[in-house]
Amino acid sequence: MSTPLHELPDGHEVHAHKVTYGQFFLIYLGLIALTGLTVALAGIDLGRWILVSALGIASVKTILVLNIFMHLKFEDSLFRWFVGVALLILGIFFALTFFDYAFH
Amino acid sequence: MTTHAATAAPTEHVHRDDVGSRLGMWLFLFTELILFGGMFIVYAVYRYSYPLEFQLAARELDTLLGTINTIILLTSSLTAAMSITAMQEGKKDLTLVFLGATIVLAGLFLVNKYFEWGHKFDVGLYPQSPDMLAKPVGEVLYFGLYYVMTGLHGLHVIIGMGLIGWVMRQVAVGSVNQGSFVRLESAALYWHLVDIIWIFLFPLFYLLH
Repeated sequence: MSTPLHELPDGHEVHAHKVTYGQFFLIYLGLIALTGLTVALAGIDLGRWILVSALGIASVKTILVLNIFMHLKFEDSLFRWFVGVALLILGIFFALTFFDYAFH
Repeated sequence: MTTHAATAAPTEHVHRDDVGSRLGMWLFLFTELILFGGMFIVYAVYRYSYPLEFQLAARELDTLLGTINTIILLTSSLTAAMSITAMQEGKKDLTLVFLGATIVLAGLFLVNKYFEWGHKFDVGLYPQSPDMLAKPVGEVLYFGLYYVMTGLHGLHVIIGMGLIGWVMRQVAVGSVNQGSFVRLESAALYWHLVDIIWIFLFPLFYLLH
């Protein structure tokens, strides 16, 4: 909601929230660490849980990229609603496909 | 509006809406999400049908090469993100350095992919090869999806390099500048999406063995 926008003299708005290099680098280190973790976990025999761990870590990495690298956290809440609806639609596609598949 | 018009200088008014432009870019990214999402659904259904064949086939892939490419792409996403901070600070040269680094890293990713695919072709693991056709159907499906999904992703990497190069030119001549850089933001958004797709392709093809 509180997108920090400032008005230019000519009335145009510019995206003003600035993420510092240090903040970006910290997120980057987190992404690298999560990559290391998912590779390490793949080396252990986790059985069925390997799929859960791989997709769970990928999802956490995606949330970091979306929120910080793609500035979603600093955008108007409308953007997050849009992303939520897009993911919901994809989720419905998955659910309907498997529902159909399960009963064939 | 009238008061604004009265106080503003009566110069030419250029319509501009950065928030709207970024929202439009996000909408485009959703179409990309559905494009790749459809393939992820196909992958999910076949993985569900042929769990053992998918596990066996995944052992043919080089985890180290996949990990290196993941790190390369994450680093390129970092430099793309930092280019916006540099632009916000009005540092044109630094912006160009970050964007140039992004393109170089994207190129490295593709070089690795070239060697990876090349090696697969050398050992006879390409679509319709005699070795491939001799494999169980689940493995054939795995490699089919591997080539189509990483291939389409690679195509996006190439398009992303083109987009970033196009924005670099505009930064260089000054038409994208500290006061107006929504095109830089859109190119970066596209690049981060390419990164996110890989964040899922990597574990699904390289790690589930």
